[in-house]
Amino acid sequence: MRADAARRVAGGGLALLVLVSWLVPGAGHLWLGRRSKGFILLAALIAMFAIGLWLDGRLFPFELSQPLVLLAAIADAALGVPYAMAWAFGLGQGQPAAVTYEYANAFLIAAGLLNMLTVLDAYDTALGRKGGS
Amino acid sequence: MTSHFLLLLLFSFFVAVVFAVLMRSEPRDQVRFGAMVFGVFVVSAVVIGWLMYPFSL
Repeated sequence: MRADAARRVAGGGLALLVLVSWLVPGAGHLWLGRRSKGFILLAALIAMFAIGLWLDGRLFPFELSQPLVLLAAIADAALGVPYAMAWAFGLGQGQPAAVTYEYANAFLIAAGLLNMLTVLDAYDTALGRKGGS
Repeated sequence: MTSHFLLLLLFSFFVAVVFAVLMRSEPRDQVRFGAMVFGVFVVSAVVIGWLMYPFSL
């Protein structure tokens, strides 16, 4: 299984794997043949992001003058394509007066951070550092 | 949905699922580890919430 995963990204495909894994949550695992992991990660992270938007969360802007806002923006953007789609459709304006606002931001930020872990896991799997299904 | 406790349960569930999938390989281990992470999240949040009564800022 480890050799199989390493063979799938041979020939300079490692950077592409990381890119794909970042853009679409779980896609890296699907590419490596970890189908159940990939689909579960895809469903869980998209669901967290959708719930965050539904609860009036905010997709933070990249403001260099406010370091905490900048960090939140980086975490939001770490979800890849779903973040870009939400941004393109004008979602995630945020309602600070909403009772669920802080929770919603926790969902949005955590989804992005968990996708960073997912990318690292796909990278390790591709290098043969992790086994399993 | 405005219940903070339900949102806590929902958040803990999704984070536990992702942690379990990433950190364990076998399905049985994933279920066990995910349940433990979920439980620790919920219990620690409730405990910290109660501690904030006597030690509020």
